[in-house]
Amino acid sequence: MSALVPLLVGIPLIGAAINLIFGRRKKTQIVVSVAALTAVLVLGAILLVEVDTHGPLAVAIAAWEIPFGIVLYVDVLAALLVVVTSIVLLAVLLFSIGQGAADNDEDTPVSIFYPAYLILGAGIFNAFIAGDLFNLYVGFEILLVASYVLITLGGTESRIRTGVVYIVVSLVSSILFLAAIAMVYGALGTVNMVQISERMALLPQDTQTILHLMLLLAFAIKAAVFPLSFWLPDSYPTAPAPVTAVFAGLLTKVGVYAIIRTETQLFVDNDLNFLLMMVALSTMIVGILGAVAQAELKRILSFTLVSHIGYMIFGLAINTPLAVGATIYYIVHHIIVQTTLFLAVGLIERRAGSTSILKVKGLMRAAPLLAVLYFIPAINLGGLPPFSGFIGKYALFDAAAQVGTPVMMVLIVGGIVTSILTLYALMRAWNLSFWRENDDSTETMERIAYLGNAPAAAISTERRTIPKIMTLATVGMVIVTVSLTVFAGPLLEMCLRAGVTITDGVSLVQLQEQAGQQ
Amino acid sequence: MTISLVLVIVMAVLFACGVYAMLERSLTRVLIGFLLLGNAANLLLLVVMGVPGVAPFYDGGETDAADMSDALPQALTLTAIVITFGISAFLLALIYRSWQLGQADTVIDDADDVALRTRAADEPEDAMDEESRSDDEDVTTDFVGDVASPIRVLHQGDLSQLVDDAPVDRVAVRRTDDDEDSRETPDGDRP
Repeated sequence: MSALVPLLVGIPLIGAAINLIFGRRKKTQIVVSVAALTAVLVLGAILLVEVDTHGPLAVAIAAWEIPFGIVLYVDVLAALLVVVTSIVLLAVLLFSIGQGAADNDEDTPVSIFYPAYLILGAGIFNAFIAGDLFNLYVGFEILLVASYVLITLGGTESRIRTGVVYIVVSLVSSILFLAAIAMVYGALGTVNMVQISERMALLPQDTQTILHLMLLLAFAIKAAVFPLSFWLPDSYPTAPAPVTAVFAGLLTKVGVYAIIRTETQLFVDNDLNFLLMMVALSTMIVGILGAVAQAELKRILSFTLVSHIGYMIFGLAINTPLAVGATIYYIVHHIIVQTTLFLAVGLIERRAGSTSILKVKGLMRAAPLLAVLYFIPAINLGGLPPFSGFIGKYALFDAAAQVGTPVMMVLIVGGIVTSILTLYALMRAWNLSFWRENDDSTETMERIAYLGNAPAAAISTERRTIPKIMTLATVGMVIVTVSLTVFAGPLLEMCLRAGVTITDGVSLVQLQEQAGQQ
Repeated sequence: MTISLVLVIVMAVLFACGVYAMLERSLTRVLIGFLLLGNAANLLLLVVMGVPGVAPFYDGGETDAADMSDALPQALTLTAIVITFGISAFLLALIYRSWQLGQADTVIDDADDVALRTRAADEPEDAMDEESRSDDEDVTTDFVGDVASPIRVLHQGDLSQLVDDAPVDRVAVRRTDDDEDSRETPDGDRP
């Protein structure tokens, strides 16, 4: 079974290589990409069942003895995220195939999109299954370099402008991460995560705090945690719709995943929970206030994305097994729902030629299916029962209430306010874009006058038809979001088990046993 | 454990210069800053290696382990160098594209952010904004000497007001006689 683990990274990379060879044959590229991601999805599902029943898998690459070589480590958390990631990547790939076919690829040069997309996937999978800090760094770099290519795809002026911000910020966080790894190695003489957690207790608390802060800083930039989130709403909206959907769903979550490992495995004794709580609270509130002030759907969604990262940091700051489990469920929910919303907005952009909620109107009559596709994930993200957004938030608040300190109560109130404001921002967009009649007068405009002179993104007034495959991909994702609710029981239980597993931790000896070296 | 003080000092200087260069708006300087920072991080990896010794393979593997260099930081450094190299190549391409499109390689402010700022300044009934505006009227910049808006955004068109002695990575002066423009532009083959 452990022989399957390296394939999670290998298959997308090989797929990318084949795609580059067949750069001019689009159909071959599509077939190879879909096949590679499907294979990873199947592999991920097999591994998830395996690690959930038989415990974590560790693989020593090239049979190096375990603390010395590269270790891949798959527990329930990693396997679950691999499965969710490959579902999202697959759905967005189908969406982009539809969009590329319809646009005749004016914006997206075929030859580079699919390879870069698969390499992005390989980087994400590598980060999830990395067993040592340096391999995590390499995974980050793989996905970042692919994301640099994807965000500047086509090299138009606006994409270069926003891409530059994204790239420079990412470079800074990468250098910070590398420096932090060097410091960890200098202090502990290892980069293996299990060994780090064993030796960390030997260090003085001050040193631990410095290392802890450096790693958190590097990851917080990637996860877009306030006050390091300024780059995200600037850079995401201008990329092509499928790219924005994948970035929004996955890239920030890789940062959050790294923070989970840092908090629960590396720094067990070192307590920065109060700092994390304050950061979580300000991320939630500041992010959602940004969303309320926007008039452009993609920007609204980017700000809600930042704000909901706050919930995950909140869950980690509580730092009980229950809270970590709830955080994992919330991450799964948020990856899927946020991607679905961005796909729905991609469809709106196609149908109406704009994503400005001031310009788009009358969509309810014009495209009822689109209305459903936007509405379900929107109220899901807002946290209305019975959807998974509600379940995830409830699990988080429940875990916080069990700790029961006054700070927890403040954070719960902050979380509820954020949830209501999310609902407000998304429903205002719903009212304006879907329910407003086409011949509406200026009455509504006066009520939202504060948005009045907000700039809208570049408008193409031409209305194009939506290819079936784009709608199908979005419908599929909406079904997945609903199934998160339907299967919430088993899924939440699995997440809670994962939370218990990673807070329990493993010892080096256990790791060697799992890799079959003893 | 003794390590070379020179390495530590060089690393610190590289970090400082790299951060300074990365704070510039010019992309070329950002690239230089990134290269310096990358090298500084690599030096840091070498510093944490500890006392340098002989190569692990030296003398047919009969060397005492205490005399060997720690090989792992070297492996990490090599990987980091390769990554930095690849990203620098991408950045160079990006800078060239940016130059092709706008004849400038500076980082430009987000259009929506600029609009948000002007919107905030245009609403006099808001007490908080009024306060900030009255403050701003006293503010002058060292460079221009005139009344500044909340944040002065320098675009290419503002270059005549901008006094900057350092060599700039843009077309320095917009000439009125167009004859020599083709010599200034690196991509003369563009249609």
